[in-house]
Order: sequence, then C-alpha cells, then structure tokens
Amino acid sequence: MKAKVTDTVDDVLVYLNDVWVAYDGKWVLKSIYFKCYAGEIFGIVGPNGGGKTTLLSVILGLIRPEKGSVKLFGQTPGKRSRLEIGYLPQVSHADRTFPVSVLDVVLMGLYSRLGLFKRPDRNNKQVAMDLLSQVNMADHAKKPFSVLSGGQQQRVNIARALASKPKLLVLDDPSTGVDSVAQEDFYELLAKFRNEQGISVIMVSHDIGVITSHADRVACLNIQLHYHGEPDSCFTPEIQQSVFGKDVKVIVHDPKCVTCYHRHEDHD
Amino acid sequence: MKIMIEIFDLEFMQNAFLAGTMLSLVLAVVSFFVVLRRLSFVGVGIAHSAFGGVALGSLLGISPTLTAVGFAVVVANAIGYIGKQGKLSTDTTIGIFFSLSMALGVIFIGMSDQYNVDLFGYLFGNILAITRQDLIIIAVLGGLVLISTVLFFKEMLFVAYDQEVALVSGMPVAFIDHFFLTILALSVVISMKIIGIILVSALLVIPGAAASQLTRRYVSMITISISIALISTIGGLIISYYADLASGAIIVTLASFIFFLAFTVGQLRK
Repeated sequence: MKAKVTDTVDDVLVYLNDVWVAYDGKWVLKSIYFKCYAGEIFGIVGPNGGGKTTLLSVILGLIRPEKGSVKLFGQTPGKRSRLEIGYLPQVSHADRTFPVSVLDVVLMGLYSRLGLFKRPDRNNKQVAMDLLSQVNMADHAKKPFSVLSGGQQQRVNIARALASKPKLLVLDDPSTGVDSVAQEDFYELLAKFRNEQGISVIMVSHDIGVITSHADRVACLNIQLHYHGEPDSCFTPEIQQSVFGKDVKVIVHDPKCVTCYHRHEDHD
Repeated sequence: MKIMIEIFDLEFMQNAFLAGTMLSLVLAVVSFFVVLRRLSFVGVGIAHSAFGGVALGSLLGISPTLTAVGFAVVVANAIGYIGKQGKLSTDTTIGIFFSLSMALGVIFIGMSDQYNVDLFGYLFGNILAITRQDLIIIAVLGGLVLISTVLFFKEMLFVAYDQEVALVSGMPVAFIDHFFLTILALSVVISMKIIGIILVSALLVIPGAAASQLTRRYVSMITISISIALISTIGGLIISYYADLASGAIIVTLASFIFFLAFTVGQLRK
C-alpha cells in the first residue's frame, strides 16, 4: 500500500511527526517522520544501537519523545490505543522454565479485554483454541510452553498477540532465535493475517534479507530514518554506507533469485 | 505416641502449629511469584528492613508488629519506586535500604532504655512467642494477602511471564509491582515471630524454587510449593520442640533439605 495524497485517520495507524528521543543527553532518535498505513507490512532495518528498539517503544507508547508528536490510530498513545496493538518481543530463552501451557499463553492475550477479577471462561478458551488452530498449534495446546522450539513459540506468541483483536502487530526482531524454515512459515502467516484480516505489521530486524523480502515498505534506521519506500530500491550503496558503515558489505537476500532460494537453509 | 499427643496439648504449641499452617499457605503462594519474578534478593531486603520496624516499636513502647508492618511496606515500595527510575539497579537499591534499616534498628535499640523485646526471637524465630493476638494478626494479614493474590492472580501471572508484553497489552504493571512488594512485606512481618527476620527470606524462595524443579504447570507448582512449606514448617516445629533449638533455623534447614531432594529428582528426570 502506497502513501496517498490525503490521509484519513483510518488509513494512518501510526504517525510520528519530527520525533526526537535522547538518553542521558545523547540523541538516539533524530527527526523521525514515520507513517504506517492500514494493511501494510512495514520493515525497519538497522545496525545495533541504531535506535530500532527505541523507535518501537515510541510506537508502543512506552517512551515519550523529547520533541515531536506521536499519534496511534489518530489518538495520543495511551491505554486505549494499546488495546489495538499486538506486540511480539524477541523469542527469549531467558525464561525457558516458566510454568504455563501453550493455551495459558494465548489466554494471556485476552486478559486486558477481560478486565480485573475475571477469569477466562469456556468461551475465552474456545477463542484461544481457534487462534491456535489458525497458527497450526492446536495439537500442542496442553503442552508446557517451555518445551516448544523457537519457531513454535513464535507462532503461539502470534496467537496471543491476535487474541485481543488488534489492528496492528509490532514485532521486535522476529528472525532472532528462529531457524530459517520456521522463519519462512512465520512470514507466510503474517501475510495471511494481513491479507485475510487486514492487520498491519511493523517489524524491526537486523536481517536485511528478511525485511526486504517480506515487507511492503522498508525504512533503514541509524538514529535517523534513512529511507522510506519500496524494498527493491532501498539499499543504494550510499544508504548502506551511512547505515552500516564503510566496511560492511550487505548481501540482500532476494527471494526471487533461484540459486539463492535453493541455498536458503544455509543462511542464518 | 504419648509424647506426640503431649505437644499437641500444649497451648503454645497449638498456637505455633496454627500459625505455622497459615504462614505456610501465605509464604508458599508468595514464593511462587518470588521465584518466577526472580525477586529473591528483594525478599531478603524487605525481611531485614522489618528489623528497623521492630526496634522502633520497642523504642516507642508500641506493638513491634505494627511498626514493622509500616517499616517493611514503606521500604518495599521505596525499593520498587527507586528501581523504576532506572538510574540504579534494583540490587544496589536493596543493598542500601537493607543496611540502612538494620542500622536504624541498632540505633533505636541503643536509644531505648528498656530491653523488653526479645530481639533474638524476632531475628531467628521463637515458637514460645506466639500469642492469641499474633494468631489474629497472622489470620487477618495472611488472609488479606491470599485473597488479594487470588483476585489479581491473572494479572500477576502475566506480569511475571513478560512485563513488557503485559504493559503493552494494557495490564496495570506499575500497580501490580507495588501490590506484590506490599504483600511481600506483609508476609515477612507476619512470619518474623515464628521463623525470624533473618530466616524468613529462605521461605520466600525455597518452596517455589523446589516446586519449580518438579513441574512445568503453575497449578501443580503452587500445590507442591504449599506442600513443601507445610512439611517444613510443621516438621520443623516438632523437631524444634524436642531438640530445643530455634524454630526458624530448623524449618529453614528442613526446607533446604527438601529443595536439594527436589533438585536431584529434577536433574534425574531430565
């Protein structure tokens, strides 16, 4: 989906207007202009320390910028706009032993809609099971979450994020900790939810190949947003140099390239 | 057999068993969250801060339990508040409050001319010390901790699972954090007479930690945690009566023994 001349509130889900963020007196985000439209998959790629996670925190409403304005769904970020966002953190291996089942994890996605003092009932469990079926994880519902592979955990997390019926999914480096076959399945799922339910996606990644082959639009972030447009034309040598530095050679992973496709599993 | 009946006939032992049973329920449930949220050291810090409160009560000539409640709740929430400002790590903050409360305790004791409070008992636990009034305090505050935990269970579980995701999905994370620190403080205070300030932090960790070695489901983890706390507390009280040793020390030793057993079983099952 491309930018239109006039935007309506319904079209623009996230709007960052000249956003500046500093940590300890040092700018980590400078003059960020950013729009994410309904129904698009937006990729943000950049080096470590380039401000990817900070930008996500601004979008999620967890950090208030020093300068500039943020609008989520046409409103200032707050508790209500958060209900419209499904958030997927990186697959973490820190808490491999947390004692919850796969179904419990999906049910957590319903908690904020349930409100205080209410427990999930049979209907909620049915909703959670339907979501697990959509991500092909229904057979694993009763298993402990901790025994799943990284790719399976990610599918369950998608089901959890979708449980609150969000308009927007925000993904933090979805290729971390997940093998390449599972990654392909994962991005197919994302495309499916976008196509069938019109859910928008914003994802950040250190992996340029993944972003360029799965996003509708791409931005490269290194304190400033360096590019805003279609993925194919994203990585001019100038942009690569300013984002990743002179000595880094960026190999763009083109899914249409036959040789590359066959060697897909060799890649990290 | 005759001897066993005898200890259940004694009023102070009846009080101790009743208190021990109630405390086991409270500490086991709280330790479930302490272990999942990796807040063991916060438990240690809050427990030690209660000492300042006990000494203040002794100085002012009012109920040490009352002043300890105030002291521990304030310190617990101060640790949480300062930790949230982000400039200091939580263990640094705890390190400061922990020693400050102990120091204040020593100052208060120095200032009071009367030594009518059994400080050793508060530090290491004394089963003879449990009165009917203590039982009422344990029942009321312990009941409050358990009921509110049941009410906020799903929020507490989600925040323990992933604080960031919980926040983004609209959970009241800041409230849950302070709520948890407050019930941690209350659990410490109601345990200090029977288990002791120094040793109660062990029971804020061990039942949950041992249970985590044996199961991957939270309902069974809580059940096992309660069972371990009950076995350690009741068993510890009986041994402590016959061996004439500090109750808290025996209870913690027994609980630790169960932990190593659970750890071994957990390793063997891998």
